[in-house]
Amino acid sequence: MIRFILLQNRQGKTRLAKYYIPLEESEKHKVEYEFLLLKMEFSNLSTQVSEEFSPRVTFRTHKVIYRRYAGLFFSLCVDITDNELAYLESIHLFVEILDHFFSNVCELDLVFNFHKAIIERMGELEKQD
Amino acid sequence: MKRQVFTCRYKELGNIRTRFSPLKSRVQSREEGLTHYEKKKYVWKMLYIYMLGYDVDFGHMEAVSLISAPKYPEKQVGYIVTSCLLNENHDFLRLAINTVRNDIIGRNETFQCLALTLVGNIGGREFAESLAPDVQKLLISSSCRPLVRKKAALCLLRLFRKNPDVVNIDGWSDRMAQLLDERDFGVLTSSMSLLVALVSNNHDAYWNCLPKCVKILERLARNQDVPPEYTYYGIPSPWLQVKTLRALQYFPTVEDPNTRRSLFENNASHAVLFEALALVMHLDAEKEMMSQCVALLGKFIAVREPNIRYLGLENMTRMLMVTEVQDIIKRHQAQIITSLKDPDISIRRRALDLLYGMCDVSNAKDIVEELLQYLSTADFAMREELSLKAAILAEKFAPDLSWYVDVILQLIDKAGDFVSDDIWFRVVQFVTNNEDLQPYAALKAREYLDKPAIHETMVKVSAYILGEYSHLLARGPACSPKEIFSIIHEKLPTVSTSTIPILLSTYAKILMHTQPPDQELQHQIWAIFSKYESCIDAEIQQRAVEYHALSMKGAALMDILAEMPKFPERQSSLIRKAENTEADTAEQSAAKLRAQQQASNALVVTDQRPANGTLPVNQLGLVKVPIMSNADQIIAEQGVTHENGALTVVDPQPQLPSTPSPDLLEDLLGPLAIEGPSGTGPQSEPRVASGFERGENADALAIAPVEEQANTVQPIGSIAERFHALCLKDSGVLYEDPYIQIGIKAEWRAHHGRYVIFLGNKNTAPLSSVQASILPPSHLNTELSLVPETIPPRAQVQCPLEVINLRPSRDLAVLDFSYKFGTQVVNVKLRLPAVFNKFLQPITVSAEEFFPQWRSLSGPPLKLQEVVRGVRPMPIAELANLLNSLRLMVCPGLDPNANNLIASTTFYSESTRAMLCLIRIETDPADRTQLRMTVASGDPTLTFELKEFIKEQIVYIPVPPQSPAPMPPQARPTSPPTAISDPGALLAGLL
Repeated sequence: MIRFILLQNRQGKTRLAKYYIPLEESEKHKVEYEFLLLKMEFSNLSTQVSEEFSPRVTFRTHKVIYRRYAGLFFSLCVDITDNELAYLESIHLFVEILDHFFSNVCELDLVFNFHKAIIERMGELEKQD
Repeated sequence: MKRQVFTCRYKELGNIRTRFSPLKSRVQSREEGLTHYEKKKYVWKMLYIYMLGYDVDFGHMEAVSLISAPKYPEKQVGYIVTSCLLNENHDFLRLAINTVRNDIIGRNETFQCLALTLVGNIGGREFAESLAPDVQKLLISSSCRPLVRKKAALCLLRLFRKNPDVVNIDGWSDRMAQLLDERDFGVLTSSMSLLVALVSNNHDAYWNCLPKCVKILERLARNQDVPPEYTYYGIPSPWLQVKTLRALQYFPTVEDPNTRRSLFENNASHAVLFEALALVMHLDAEKEMMSQCVALLGKFIAVREPNIRYLGLENMTRMLMVTEVQDIIKRHQAQIITSLKDPDISIRRRALDLLYGMCDVSNAKDIVEELLQYLSTADFAMREELSLKAAILAEKFAPDLSWYVDVILQLIDKAGDFVSDDIWFRVVQFVTNNEDLQPYAALKAREYLDKPAIHETMVKVSAYILGEYSHLLARGPACSPKEIFSIIHEKLPTVSTSTIPILLSTYAKILMHTQPPDQELQHQIWAIFSKYESCIDAEIQQRAVEYHALSMKGAALMDILAEMPKFPERQSSLIRKAENTEADTAEQSAAKLRAQQQASNALVVTDQRPANGTLPVNQLGLVKVPIMSNADQIIAEQGVTHENGALTVVDPQPQLPSTPSPDLLEDLLGPLAIEGPSGTGPQSEPRVASGFERGENADALAIAPVEEQANTVQPIGSIAERFHALCLKDSGVLYEDPYIQIGIKAEWRAHHGRYVIFLGNKNTAPLSSVQASILPPSHLNTELSLVPETIPPRAQVQCPLEVINLRPSRDLAVLDFSYKFGTQVVNVKLRLPAVFNKFLQPITVSAEEFFPQWRSLSGPPLKLQEVVRGVRPMPIAELANLLNSLRLMVCPGLDPNANNLIASTTFYSESTRAMLCLIRIETDPADRTQLRMTVASGDPTLTFELKEFIKEQIVYIPVPPQSPAPMPPQARPTSPPTAISDPGALLAGLL
């Protein structure tokens, strides 16, 4: 089960967030910050080696599946027993859908048309879970 | 610029504030009078402010009340803002339940969708109780469109998770089975999610769904009966497949799943495959199926894609639970061992876990030796774990005791810093308890003491063992009590206070064993005792006083200082420690497996009789299944390892110059190790892995350049590693593959160098068209003597190579080498280790020589200074060792500050002749990752090159992946002409 979805850019701004579990605002900020640190650490390690590299980290009792598209990290927090690759691919599917929707999507689209993105995301990612 | 950004931010804040307060007051004061349109406007603004990251703690009421608006625009806003701002625990949501229910049971599809989405996102327990029946009705109604039913399924899933009682099992299982007959894939996928949740809760009730699941799989996998919009890169709805397989896993074992498929296109199909594997494992199917699975995993761990390798290793570790496939897994041992050298640290960890899990009496020797070898190159983050695991495996599965002692002593020698006290305590226990072992251990300890620089732990073990058992060696060469005393005493000034008591005991024991007493030795030892009688450390002082008094007693000494009694047998503290540290899931399964296996009895056989009255308490205990530690601990551990991981990544260079890679020289000069494939079928031999990769990337290969095909012959060992080793020494193996071994041996005299290149044919068939040439950089003159066209079977050819250094430069010469074996052409380009430091000659300078020189070379370009950051952290002694091994002579005592190093050397080249170079390195004890380096010499180029050279050696350099043939990272044969499939290009136009 997907616990939450985060889109963050490299400066640490959260561009989209969707929580399927009840969290307080402060908890959300904390989670977002921790996520960013995790990813930064891993991407620092790996930029020299390959673009997307070991996109799986254990986070508390869950698993984080993430993938980087240019400057944006798409991450899903899922149960520890879930199938990693299936979720990794669903991230890609989501990006493809965004791409269709905005025709050649970029980070600015998400910033300026956030209301569209919300609807979009709710419809599509739910289908996966 | 910075100020602009700052003011901008400030303005934004002010702006928000000015808008915020009127908004707030208007929303709050004119609650009654607001029209729906106005409400909508304000609520949108509120959402925007919320998105900017400000807390919005008002107006929730307005958002909720908008839900009941009659028109779509307002209703939609109400739903969206509510689901963004509120979560399931919020009280306001209760107010909305009735409105939401009205929308769900109403006839308007759009409203139904909105309501279902809201509930699916933030529905809580109360929603579950009041809405579940309605949602169920929607889901099975035939009059609704698939869109609505899809949402209903997900909504029901959410409600079910919140409160499992809302779904009435008796009636619902038939309905569920009907749902699975659905033709629409959207509804089917959603229903399958629901089914997975239902079945995981109670599988008995849903037996009737099982045939349907199999039918769905058949429809997907066999008949490919899928509408095009649900086909993902040619794979029929992978997510549905994964979910169906997952659902099947929750049913108890029934039937032979014929669903295993072998597509290798991309992640999606791999996901399906892994799920199928998990199912096979769950069903505990017959052996044949299992061995197929292992074979498949074996292929996975050999592919390039790191994700697949990682999962392959992890699943193999899980597979270890099934006892009968362990032998099959062992076939992949070599591949797993190479995974230890993977650039990705998480993969290395998995490989280590797997090796640890698969080790048993039959392969312990190989695995432990492999781990020991890997230890000298492993990164710091892993060393501790690695040494602990090696020690445990050696203890549990030792085929004989002397091997165990060997392994542990090697372990201490190679990774002294990471060997905990427990490990050496354990060795001492074993040696004490096994009389046969004592002379051997004493001999080994004596040998290690001869090494120039040994770790303190090694001093402790050796001193202890020699103190107890050195008299058993008395007849050997250089083993008289006096000699042993003097060699141990040499180490005394270098050790810390915790070691000194052990050394004192050793002296007392040596004294006791010397019969008849040797006057000279006695006086020496007494002198030491009396010196330490005034030591500030209480432990040392006490021992010194007691031993001194005791040793005066003469013959009575024999009884008091008799040999140590045997230790009672008890569970190894190491194994206990390992239990505590194991928390990972994969590790857990491996550990469980450990528990099932019988420990090797080699270590306990010899001690069955009671010794000195103490009965053996129990034998080497079996391991308990570790308790899963709580989540916080995991994250704490993770945090720590990540930190380490970030600091030190792969570093294939040997960390310490004092630990050369073993036996390279022996390999070279001894008779050639002929292990290569016999000359008949060179084509069939190259690993399965490369064949597999080629199959996967058939398209990529078709357009690949010719060399790529030629390079199917894989080198043995890492070329880069061998090169780095040879930079520090003058002979060894430069390159090896299944057919040929290239070794070099060098001699250096001033700016002249002479290499002898040994070309050894490892096969029973000749190697033909052998060609070698040197591509020299501009600063080297090279002359290679003629290389013969063919190398006869199992023969070695020597080719001398002359090198003259013209001027200082760090460029490298390259040996371009090719040969033909059968029909295969192999061409390799190897860097020749004729590197900068080979033309250095270490020289010691005294203070009188140094300071005038240092002062006379003032300022750039002759004297350059630089602060170097990102240095590999190492203690000052190690840095000194490193410099020495680079032929930069460290001159101790020239700099009064102990944190600084001064080194000197002479550089030879034709242009500069002999030129004195002086180096000063100032380190910061608080931050080992940076230091200041000053280099001076009489030649500007030389100064610059030398400075850069030293920097290269001490700075951590990330290492590129070592696989030779670069393949395209993901070959997707069916990728459309647009850039959609390319993740990088997708979001190309970014900020």
